[in-house]
Amino acid sequence: MHGVRDDLRLDGRGCEDYRHMEIETDVVSNTDGSAKISLGHTDVLVGIKAEIGKPKPMVPNEGYLEFFVDCSANATPEFEGRGGEELGVELSNTLYKVFNNRHSVDLRSLCICPGENCWVLYVDVLLLQCDGNLFDAISIAIKAALFNTRIPKVHISEDEEGVKEIELSDDPYDCMRLNVENVPCIVTLCKIGQRYVVDATLQEKACSVASLLISVTHKGMVTCVRKMGGGSLDPESIFEMTEAGKRVGKALHAPLIELLQKEESLGKKRQKVGFLG
Amino acid sequence: MAVEMRLPAVHKHISLAASQSNREDKHLVVPGDVITSDTGFMRGHGTYMDEDRLTASVAGEVERVNKLICVRPLKTRYNGEVGDVVVGRITEVQQKRWKVETNSRLDSVLLLSSVNLPGGELRRRSAQDELAMRDYLQEGDLISAEVQSIFSDGAVSLHTRSLKYGKLGQGVLVLVSPSLVKRQKTHFHNLPCGASMILGNNGYLWLYPTPGQQDEEAGGYYTSMEPVSLSDREVISRLRNCLLALSAHKVLLYDTSVLYCYEASLAHQIKDILKPEIMEEIILETRQRLVELEG
Repeated sequence: MHGVRDDLRLDGRGCEDYRHMEIETDVVSNTDGSAKISLGHTDVLVGIKAEIGKPKPMVPNEGYLEFFVDCSANATPEFEGRGGEELGVELSNTLYKVFNNRHSVDLRSLCICPGENCWVLYVDVLLLQCDGNLFDAISIAIKAALFNTRIPKVHISEDEEGVKEIELSDDPYDCMRLNVENVPCIVTLCKIGQRYVVDATLQEKACSVASLLISVTHKGMVTCVRKMGGGSLDPESIFEMTEAGKRVGKALHAPLIELLQKEESLGKKRQKVGFLG
Repeated sequence: MAVEMRLPAVHKHISLAASQSNREDKHLVVPGDVITSDTGFMRGHGTYMDEDRLTASVAGEVERVNKLICVRPLKTRYNGEVGDVVVGRITEVQQKRWKVETNSRLDSVLLLSSVNLPGGELRRRSAQDELAMRDYLQEGDLISAEVQSIFSDGAVSLHTRSLKYGKLGQGVLVLVSPSLVKRQKTHFHNLPCGASMILGNNGYLWLYPTPGQQDEEAGGYYTSMEPVSLSDREVISRLRNCLLALSAHKVLLYDTSVLYCYEASLAHQIKDILKPEIMEEIILETRQRLVELEG
């Protein structure tokens, strides 16, 4: 705790430093988009599948996203059997809140036929290894997977009776990509003593009384703030932590987009690492 | 504030050409490998008979003592030997003993009669001592102890009957595989860089700032809660990262290897040690120096 006060954590990082991160996209071949991220010892795999469904009655000309988080029993022994469900539900609910506004993902581009058909993106998150800081890793992985998602283009043809038929184009390269510029990234700040740290490991989490979760877009706009943990946070420190969270969050987006574009530009030459190695 | 992201790369396997010579002598097997088809051997731990052929059931090195063949696994839980130094955490306080978790198959036992009473007096333990056990060691405390004996089921009995063992104060615990800790004469090292470490044979390594003067009367229960200085902290963080790097590359841990790794890492920042390419560089340099030392 005194180390955090002096800006030196157990592994030598400063209070706002992230651990070493490795990101790879397109790891699962039968999804429309996927990404795998390892942040220190935390491993998260995200797969996105696009299906055609009926739009929500309140917003007939938009598609929507469905989140499901699965805490695999391999992650830690606590997740054995039904243990991981509670955490999984909490993570999914937070993701719904984060993506709930109309600016994060352009939901109108997911619409096929207003009121009748739209694209539903099922985002499935799988926790492979758990070493603290799950929310950040999941949000970065979702952004990378959305960048990698390729939704096939549809042609709508009308029959004589007025029955609409939807045809998916067969060409694997004829697809629509999503604009992920405004997708927010989550930053978790844990309060230890009088200061806060970003990217806490499990050990540091055990010492912290409360933590604040902020989701920030690349412009610095905050979409969701949530407090977790049993301890209390004083309003001034909440303000300070929010400012720091915005700063850290803004700085996360640029390197991520750059890396994703670099990966894509490698194209066929890219050596796929996958899960082994 | 630094955020670093990169694409994953396949981990390169680093090995020195000089160490190839003693590789040939070791017979390494994986589960399912046939060790021998000769039926004249007795089978030991880590083997089983599969249709007249002796097969390995764990991944490790084959050891042969006359007619007995056994396989010693590379990654295993700690198996106690008398005289080992271990670092453990108290999990339970029972009637006349403490249960200590030491990364072995069964919890180890620390009997009340095997600890030094605070104050250093020697007397028979009374019922009052039993009731006051929780004042000495509570659940969650870390202790360093020596293995006194082993029960028939493999559980280990510990003792702290020396002033160098006892409750551990402020420091950092690093967990590695027990097979990476080399058996040496002493496991308590005062490194010249300004920190001290205890290499527990069970894979629990304890790093702590070198104490200024020794408190003799306390009998091993006094723990100072004063804040540790920043320079000491930096040394300990660097050592911790070095230990993690050494264990990731499966280098045998003893005071010389840790010291060489520390010196090799001084060129980099503390948090960079855990990055893959810098870790490889440091480990390569450490290995080279160790080979030079042997040869």
